[in-house]
Amino acid sequence: MGIIVLVLLTYIIRLFQLQVLDPSYRRSADKNALRQITEHPARGLIYDRNDSLLVYNDAAYDLMVVPNELRAFDTLELCNLLEISKEELLKRIDKAIKWSRMIPSLIAQQMSKEDYGYLQEKLHRFPGFFVQNRTLRHYPHPIAAHILGYVGEVDANMIERDPYYQMGDYIGFSGIEKAYENELKGTKGRRIVLVDVHNRERGSYKDGEDDVKPVQGTSIWSTLDLSLQEYGEKLMQNKRGSIVAIEPSTGEILCIVSSPSYDPNLLVGNVRSKNYFQLSQDTIRYPLFNRALMAMYPPGSTFKLANGLIALQEGILTPSTVYFCPGGYNMGSHTVACHHSGSVNVIGAVQHSCNTFFCKSYYNILSNRSKYPTIQKAYQAWKDYINSMGFGVKFQSDLPYELKGIIPSVQYFDKKYHRSWNGNTVVSMGIGQGEAGTTPMQMANFMAIIANKGFYYKPHVVKAIGTKNTPNTRFSDRIYVNIEPRHFETIMQGMEMAVLAGTARSAKIEGINVLGKTGTAQNPHGKDHSVFVCIAPKENPKIVVFVLVENAGFGATVAAPIASLITEFYLKREVKRKDLEERIINM
Amino acid sequence: MFIENRSRNSKGVDFQLVIYYLLLVIIGWLTIYSSANNHIQAVSFFSLDNVYTKQLLFIGTSIIIAFVILMIDSRLYVHYAMYIYYFTLLLMILVLFIGTNINGAHAWIKIGSFSIQPTEFAKFSTALALAKFFNEGKTTSEKKYMWLNASLFIFVPIIIVMLQKDTGSALVFFSFIILFYREGLTGWILLLGAIAFFVSLFTLFFNEIYTVAALTTTYLIFWFLQRKDRKKMIRNTILYVVFIVFVFGVNLAYQYILQDHQRIRIDTLIGKVEDPLGADFNANQSKIAIGSGGFWGKGYLNGTQTKLNYVPEQSTDFIFCGIGEEWGFVGSSVVIMLFIAMIIRVIMLAEKNRNHFVRCYGYGVAGIIFVHFAINIGMTMGLLPIIGIPLPFISYGGSSLWAFTTLLFIFIKLNNN
Repeated sequence: MGIIVLVLLTYIIRLFQLQVLDPSYRRSADKNALRQITEHPARGLIYDRNDSLLVYNDAAYDLMVVPNELRAFDTLELCNLLEISKEELLKRIDKAIKWSRMIPSLIAQQMSKEDYGYLQEKLHRFPGFFVQNRTLRHYPHPIAAHILGYVGEVDANMIERDPYYQMGDYIGFSGIEKAYENELKGTKGRRIVLVDVHNRERGSYKDGEDDVKPVQGTSIWSTLDLSLQEYGEKLMQNKRGSIVAIEPSTGEILCIVSSPSYDPNLLVGNVRSKNYFQLSQDTIRYPLFNRALMAMYPPGSTFKLANGLIALQEGILTPSTVYFCPGGYNMGSHTVACHHSGSVNVIGAVQHSCNTFFCKSYYNILSNRSKYPTIQKAYQAWKDYINSMGFGVKFQSDLPYELKGIIPSVQYFDKKYHRSWNGNTVVSMGIGQGEAGTTPMQMANFMAIIANKGFYYKPHVVKAIGTKNTPNTRFSDRIYVNIEPRHFETIMQGMEMAVLAGTARSAKIEGINVLGKTGTAQNPHGKDHSVFVCIAPKENPKIVVFVLVENAGFGATVAAPIASLITEFYLKREVKRKDLEERIINM
Repeated sequence: MFIENRSRNSKGVDFQLVIYYLLLVIIGWLTIYSSANNHIQAVSFFSLDNVYTKQLLFIGTSIIIAFVILMIDSRLYVHYAMYIYYFTLLLMILVLFIGTNINGAHAWIKIGSFSIQPTEFAKFSTALALAKFFNEGKTTSEKKYMWLNASLFIFVPIIIVMLQKDTGSALVFFSFIILFYREGLTGWILLLGAIAFFVSLFTLFFNEIYTVAALTTTYLIFWFLQRKDRKKMIRNTILYVVFIVFVFGVNLAYQYILQDHQRIRIDTLIGKVEDPLGADFNANQSKIAIGSGGFWGKGYLNGTQTKLNYVPEQSTDFIFCGIGEEWGFVGSSVVIMLFIAMIIRVIMLAEKNRNHFVRCYGYGVAGIIFVHFAINIGMTMGLLPIIGIPLPFISYGGSSLWAFTTLLFIFIKLNNN
């Protein structure tokens, strides 16, 4: 009897200790049997400015296997379904077994919808196999690869920076995908499932009471114009260079072409790393290199417009100031040649792209000792103007990896010339050569400043987030340049004349008043780059275009026709000059 | 001629025991249903692939067995006690030759899709045989060897069971020591048994050198205290020598006789080894399942640990986990109380009965149920090493349920008259 009572008491006390006093068993039990499964949301869609789909999600299906649940099955049939050899299938299953007998392993990646449908019906005959679906980015039009960017799996560093991400999650690596990652990624869902001792799922916990459905990422409307982008890429085929077109009244980028480019579908899913490697190894074409934002060129003659504006604002020039051009600007030691000769005012100088005129003006800006006691002060004042126009600084809008460009500092020249320098020392910057370096995006933005007569919006690629009617307000601030609008009108007259009767005649379009300026960016490594900028229509500018074609020589020969075709296409939605178009495409 | 005459019924069936029996069997079936009902395969309730459907069949046949037992003349059990015992021994020996292996024990006879474990039936037949043995008048010379003869009744089945590699069941036969004690076995034996138990535990946890040192110290203390009493000194010396030999015996048995899995079970229980994913896994998961039940339990059919197979053998040896998880402290206590109530009731009835045979048998029944209950529940709660024996009336299994039903209802029937 005593023993029985003793056992009774011992057991009741032990029971009380296990079940009531010690909470750790409860926790262990939950850890045992409950598994939180993350449900990945589909990323947001990306549309162009006219609601055409640029990026969507394609369902992809992975065939998985749990080796422990494998039973005898018809290998031949599965091989035929998957279109692989029997050896290959067995090799993959072997690999899966080596990895884990309980955890699902991948057998076939990213089957098409058709294959999946076919397989799904027969899946019951292949115990141990199951299909897992995931979404992949898909690009219906193989364009704008650099700007749209791509997604890839997060790495350990990213997970450490932001614990939201877990191994296997996708994250935007570049372009819009990266800049708008927060909007596009959506919200992860959560499913709590019961897991048995063999790691198999056994239905949802509490009938899914605590589950959270994933929320799809927000859709984004890009500022890009799909057909214009497509047209631009077509014109730039087999050429190197870039096109940037901006709507000046908003700062919205209408098209941004960097050529050579690649098909964005190449950097999707299981082929991404392989293709990325191949693209990155292409040292002849550098297709991954976004020339519109990351290539730095000497600004060329288009820079003359900036110097003209500064000189007008500084009072160095008035519209009636006339300089005589003897066919070159002589600074003693050597001469800057000029294609033009004769007396010109600023309008004529823009029209004919007169080197002498702008060298002189630039020299005079830097030698204005009545206003600036030293060359350093004068140069700094000029640099401030230039920086305010977006040169030598980053826009830091939603564009990926932009280059700052180079506008040398006072200290740079002080060091280089041991503090003894004057306007003539750096005069080549007056005509866009020398030390200055700018990106195509900066040049296009400069055109927007001219079109707006003194201000710009940060150029950006996203117009609306969520719905088409909720505009992206991040870039709606006007950024002013400290130059009066009347000076812009003067410059614009020069640009109009350049198209009508000057260097930019090849950019003329029937029925549209185009303002333009040619440029030739000197290239120390080979043939000069052909540069052209234009604004149209003159009365109410709707588009500004910058075109640069590498190693194509004088601006008027290649860049100007391309810019004019882009303008015509955008404003009229059709191009009448088919022969010109054909000539450019086939170049 | 064996069908008994109703008019001779003196007391009637003890309904208290029958109710305890029915409650335990129902709780058992509900728990088996819950642990098997894991929504994986939709199998028809009536399919014999389900353990709970099979168990329902076993319960039905057990009730028939109970009725048959109650109808048969009780004198028959007394009369044929020895024959029943020999028959079950024969079956057990037969198993050694034609038996099948289930879970490492070579203890089953397969008949169609059912398996029968004769050892289960040997438990009640041994109780019957011992009752018969103690009940028979003894000559003086027979009395001299009475305990030796009595222990033979236990050790023969124990040896056969050990040959079947069914260590758990072998332990159960030691439950008859309770009966021996009631029949006059001196308490010294039990005390020695208890001391031997602790000494072996000490040896296994530390090592034989420490144990010998401890024993020597104790011996020297007693030698000092009782140095005047020559007789006690001789007794102490003999005990000392016996224990020293025992210590080395335990060590040798541990090293050479126990199988690896048994050694590991002992090591993990006494805390020498910690290996929650390996050897400790079952013991650990069992504690987790019971512990996660909390005070009120997770509710019927809401257990996760048992249903998802974290607990091994969740419908047989570890069935108490299911009760602990789903019914919590309250439910588990009720089950423990039911067992204790049943055992105490059996002992009380046995004591009250003037028939010596019935009293002996009653103690045998109480002992068997108690040892099963104590070892099984102690094991699931991590108080005892893992020993695979079923929880009476509750665990899934035909042989076990039939045998326990027979065991209990023969007692009810004997007590009846």
